[in-house]
Amino acid sequence: MSETRVLLANIDEPDLHTIAVYERLGGYQAARKALLDMEPEAVLHELEESGLRGRGGAGFSMGKKASFIPKGSMDKYLCCNADESEPGTFKDRLLMQKNPHMLVEGCIIGGIAAGANKGFIFIRGEYETQADILDAAVAEAYERGYLGKRILGSDHSFDLVVHRGQGAYICGEETGLLDALEGKRGNPRLKPPFPANQGLYQGPTLINNVETLCNAPLIISNGAAWYRQYGEGNSTGTKIVSVSGNVQRPGNYEVALGIPARELVYGLAGGPPEGREVKCWFPGGSSAPVLTKEHLDLPYTFEAMAEAGSMLGSGAIIVVDDSQPLVPLALRLAEFYRHESCGKCVPCREGTNWTVKMLERIDEGEGTPMDLDILEQVQGNIMGNCLCVLGDSMAMPVASMLKHFRTEFERHMEEARARRDLAELQPMGADELGSMAEAGAA
Amino acid sequence: MNERRPSFAGQPAASETTDRMREAGDEAAVRAVDLPPGWDEAVRLEDDPATIPDPADVDLPDELRAEIERLMARYPDRHSATLPALAAAQRLHGWCSPEAMRQVAAVMQVTPAYLSAVATFYDMLRTQPTGSRYVYVCTSVACHLRNAKAVYDAIAAQASEQGLEDVEIREFECLGACDMAPMASVDGRYVGPLSTGDAPELVRALREDREVFPGRGLPDPGYRIRAAAEQPPGPPEEPDVHPAGGTWKEAELLDVPPAEGPAPHVRERLHPLDPGTSMPQEEHADEEEGE
Repeated sequence: MSETRVLLANIDEPDLHTIAVYERLGGYQAARKALLDMEPEAVLHELEESGLRGRGGAGFSMGKKASFIPKGSMDKYLCCNADESEPGTFKDRLLMQKNPHMLVEGCIIGGIAAGANKGFIFIRGEYETQADILDAAVAEAYERGYLGKRILGSDHSFDLVVHRGQGAYICGEETGLLDALEGKRGNPRLKPPFPANQGLYQGPTLINNVETLCNAPLIISNGAAWYRQYGEGNSTGTKIVSVSGNVQRPGNYEVALGIPARELVYGLAGGPPEGREVKCWFPGGSSAPVLTKEHLDLPYTFEAMAEAGSMLGSGAIIVVDDSQPLVPLALRLAEFYRHESCGKCVPCREGTNWTVKMLERIDEGEGTPMDLDILEQVQGNIMGNCLCVLGDSMAMPVASMLKHFRTEFERHMEEARARRDLAELQPMGADELGSMAEAGAA
Repeated sequence: MNERRPSFAGQPAASETTDRMREAGDEAAVRAVDLPPGWDEAVRLEDDPATIPDPADVDLPDELRAEIERLMARYPDRHSATLPALAAAQRLHGWCSPEAMRQVAAVMQVTPAYLSAVATFYDMLRTQPTGSRYVYVCTSVACHLRNAKAVYDAIAAQASEQGLEDVEIREFECLGACDMAPMASVDGRYVGPLSTGDAPELVRALREDREVFPGRGLPDPGYRIRAAAEQPPGPPEEPDVHPAGGTWKEAELLDVPPAEGPAPHVRERLHPLDPGTSMPQEEHADEEEGE
């Protein structure tokens, strides 16, 4: 088994980012078909039939999400979530840099399905190169009449704006993204109301990930049945998997869902460096609970990962090999979420902070066995108790590391304590020790 | 956090203020000393709150005004232009200074407080003058597994050694380039994979205003990630101290020869014991009691 390139079929074509090359390879035919030959309901129906699930992390059916948008004459919006900040994920970067028109076309089709006349691509500010490329692509699409008023002579108008964020992980959360797009601090909102009913500027809003929207032109061109031939069960289609960490060939690999995870980690990415083994791996970005090497033979699908107690998430595999101590890794992870917590909900703001403090304590040799119990308890108290899942995103992997590798945490703590005790003795030279002994004798 | 809250109304220059405070023996002066001008005073409650600036009173470059007006026109609600407008002002001023905020506030017709509330939330908006260019070194999970902290430390050390100025060098959260790990973003251009040996050349190129590592940036034509063999190894292994069964006995451990150097994540104060300086256990206990 190897890669199944559908989204990435033309990715190595030179100058694919220009509209001329994209059109030569059949680009914008799907948008043309959706605008001129299909009713909006048919477009929506096709997307629903395909079984395409959101590629951003939650894995919710895209067609179903679009069908929740109420009909009517109010202003509706489409938002493309290109704030790819989940550690381990870098698939959208590749798509936007190499094939920006595919995303523009996907946005047009998404706009038709949602009945939206205004779309925004919210791209993270760090992706300056990719945002420049997208800006150029949008300008080209306007020039050729794929965007703007009454596109290609149809009744549908669609404007698209590339909006750059300024560096905040939480803006990848859909309601945080909406607040950032409205020019505020990117704090998540209470749900319900869901964005489909009340989103951007209080209007109904469809929010989809870059990869999800890039699938739309393929589904419209080839039909839902064609799309369903890839994948397994309710995980239809192909998925771009970003493999990183301790592997020999990190990168983006597009596979049909259902491929064994081992094939991805060892077959495509080359496995850990010579002489090392997989200790654990994140199947869906750093927010996903870790799995061990025993889980490598599971099929890589939304369902199988959920059954194993983790999630497919954004489809980013981070491999941790057996040379890596886990406490510093957990600490780095927790520090990330502490930094990125917006501070709105107490369990997340305090929970991430105390998790970092406890892990630091363990790492510096000041932890006690009770800390591990408290650590576990804190994770439990974060999960499910906040407006968004940022806190859970730290709690789940940290709790899973503790679950699978508790003895390593205990050993690390003991070793650190031993080192600390030794260090406390070290600054004393032989003279001091001698005088101390004398004092003791006296 | 109060001492960092900006106040925009005409206030004395920072150095004057801090000098005065120091003379008065004010503790707050010590905290305030590192803060940039305009940011070192607590809110003065007796002052009227800063209101939306009158465009007639604010001096601002025409290009900035035109840019912000263009941005506001893109959205159904002008507030949506806040982030790109602040970014535009930052490009001009080097940071979101009180002056920059006032200019944006005048064009957007919002209060400066609204803008500073937004600016302090986002990592890429600088609310202190740390440099008009940037090097973000990713030290997040995937890069951590490839020893990114050492790369950051090397770059930071080189920067101070070579006297690099006006460049903000910081550890940054995941930049979405884990395939290039460890990597850095130099003014938005991703370069990687990096090793500690790359640090001197990276800093030199920045100082001489050259492109950093031509051919090794993500946007460069024909960019390919180098083979794994050339990539730096993971963090150094933990010192080889393995008490059986996850427990340890102090007496046994004191006889273990010291490992070579502290573990990568261990703070400086941890030094392995020199052989021959171990002390009897009773005295150790005494010492703890003494504390």
